[in-house]
Amino acid sequence: MDTQNTAVLLQTVDRMAAPAGECPPDAAFYRRMALIRRFEENLLELFAAGKLMGTTHTCSGQEANAVGVIAHLAPQDVVFSSHRCHGHYLARTGDAEGLLAELLGLPTGICGGKGGSQHLCRGSFYTNGVQGGIVPLAVGAALAEKRKGTSAIAAVWLGDGTLGEGVVYESFNMASLWKAPVLFVVENNRYAQTTPVEMGLAGTIRGRPEAFAIPTAELDTTDPREVWEAARDPVAAVRGEGRPFCLVLHTYRFGPHSKGDDFRPQAEVAAARARDPLLVTGRRLDPEERERIDREVAERIAAVTARLAGGAPEVR
Amino acid sequence: MGPRCVDALNQALHEAFEASDRVCLIGEDVFDPYGGAFKVTRGLSTKYPDRVYSSPISEAGITGVAVGMALRGLRPVVEIMFGDFICLAFDQIVNHASKLRAMYDDQVTCPLVLRAAMGGRRGYGPTHSQSLEKHLVGVPHIAVAAPSAVHPVRDMLRRAILEDDRPVVFLENKLLYGERLLEPEGGRFGEFAARTSEGLYPTVVLSLGGFEHADLTIVTFGGMVPFAMRAAEELLLEEEVYSDVVVLGQLAPPDLTAVLPSVERSGRCLFAEEGTLTGGVGAEWAARIQEAAWDALEAPVARVAAADDIVPCAKALEAQVLPDHEDIAAAARRLLRQGCRSRTP
Repeated sequence: MDTQNTAVLLQTVDRMAAPAGECPPDAAFYRRMALIRRFEENLLELFAAGKLMGTTHTCSGQEANAVGVIAHLAPQDVVFSSHRCHGHYLARTGDAEGLLAELLGLPTGICGGKGGSQHLCRGSFYTNGVQGGIVPLAVGAALAEKRKGTSAIAAVWLGDGTLGEGVVYESFNMASLWKAPVLFVVENNRYAQTTPVEMGLAGTIRGRPEAFAIPTAELDTTDPREVWEAARDPVAAVRGEGRPFCLVLHTYRFGPHSKGDDFRPQAEVAAARARDPLLVTGRRLDPEERERIDREVAERIAAVTARLAGGAPEVR
Repeated sequence: MGPRCVDALNQALHEAFEASDRVCLIGEDVFDPYGGAFKVTRGLSTKYPDRVYSSPISEAGITGVAVGMALRGLRPVVEIMFGDFICLAFDQIVNHASKLRAMYDDQVTCPLVLRAAMGGRRGYGPTHSQSLEKHLVGVPHIAVAAPSAVHPVRDMLRRAILEDDRPVVFLENKLLYGERLLEPEGGRFGEFAARTSEGLYPTVVLSLGGFEHADLTIVTFGGMVPFAMRAAEELLLEEEVYSDVVVLGQLAPPDLTAVLPSVERSGRCLFAEEGTLTGGVGAEWAARIQEAAWDALEAPVARVAAADDIVPCAKALEAQVLPDHEDIAAAARRLLRQGCRSRTP
């Protein structure tokens, strides 16, 4: 494929109602996060109703990271993600219809039903299901954009569990040596499937990129505005200086790793839910506006589900 | 005599770099003056310093970087120094390069060439001497190419880089690097009449019986070609057995077009490879040849391959494990004595 046509790319990106360089308003963040949340909840309901096959990895609770970082990315930028990619995809594209069709295995899905939940591609957005394997692709894509002289950068999402894979460190090393304009975003949701981060990760997360002389910032928030603020300078540096940066975002997923494999303490999940990014952002909205957004998002998901899956499942 | 294989490969790289500024190369120790462990990349980093990446020792990483480059419109070449190290890049080949186009429903292509040096007989021992083609031929959506002394090596590599939109694993044989390539004269390689098929990675059919008569078809590739040609010549001198030697340029996806006419002429087929026997390249090709040419075959397709063992360092021990012209000739004699069809009433 040659350099992608900008007009086509623009159709694959939905920038959350903010001009480049400006923070999206709370209502726009809230609407997109609510879309991601409702999309993910709907998936688990569809599985329970026997209307979805295969597997999925939901990101409920992590929405602020997706919307806060991706709001900085330009249409020509290249985004890579992992098995837990729906939030990143929806933050980038807003395309709940294409994604649900893909998960349902329909020909109208973004990959014709061949990719399913964790093998997505649309425009310059790519994901794969093998831990860490896509990280060097992001380095290569960043180097290719640099070589072609576009101003595009690459951003790649990885998790705490991904840090167990050796190819991640090969990628850090080459990105730093070859000054690849790539933003590594590590979402530490504290569990690799069922393994707590303390059992799977020696040392610190930020010590890893820093060992390769990759500048790193770290924060622990569920507020998309704070994520947006934290990502602004890194994205500008990656683009302006043509070198890598690593953003470590401490987070938590509300749902199981996949569908029914949750062994975490209930109190821990409850404590995380008290910091729900939708609550944090929703408090800043007019209650009527918040309810209207919730209703519109629910109606949109219900309508697309009814159209594609033959009726929304019973909500329990 | 043609150019040395290493020079043909080097020229191909220079031609590809010249033809397109989308071509780049990543590998270990590929910068001048060293120019790669086998000197295939000599001169590239001097002439194109911003398109050659001399990498850390990271086979998985550099293959992944190349996949990312290919996704974004470049045409990267990866050099894996010893083919044995391709195992470290296997996730990138199997789960990334080969799958992206298909699983993304044809929205992308992944045009990259991954070159690797296979083969033994240099005393490098168990982890620097293997022929691992068989682990690659079963991967859908990639091309596995293998140049040989009778192939247009320069064209093969240049066209793989510039014209093939698939991921291509281009497997070079170490012994071949220093050898001069054979060039056909009047459609012949010495005693062998020769025909070369069309396509990016052609099949070269060598025939001692002038494509009119054959008692035996030896299918082979890469570093086994000189052994197969020598065995064929000995069989003619000693047994008056006329052989065709079918030299594959593309191991996968398997294309029998140039093989079947020879098998139909001879009725007996032997597959020779330097890799280990079990689950080998020959197993796949034998099955396909038998399915396609059952009625023409006098006996099951025979296989000559390395023992299912390591490749030892010591020369004498290595020779016991790796097949050569004597093993091919011995297998051919056994095969020629077999005649299950003619004994059937």
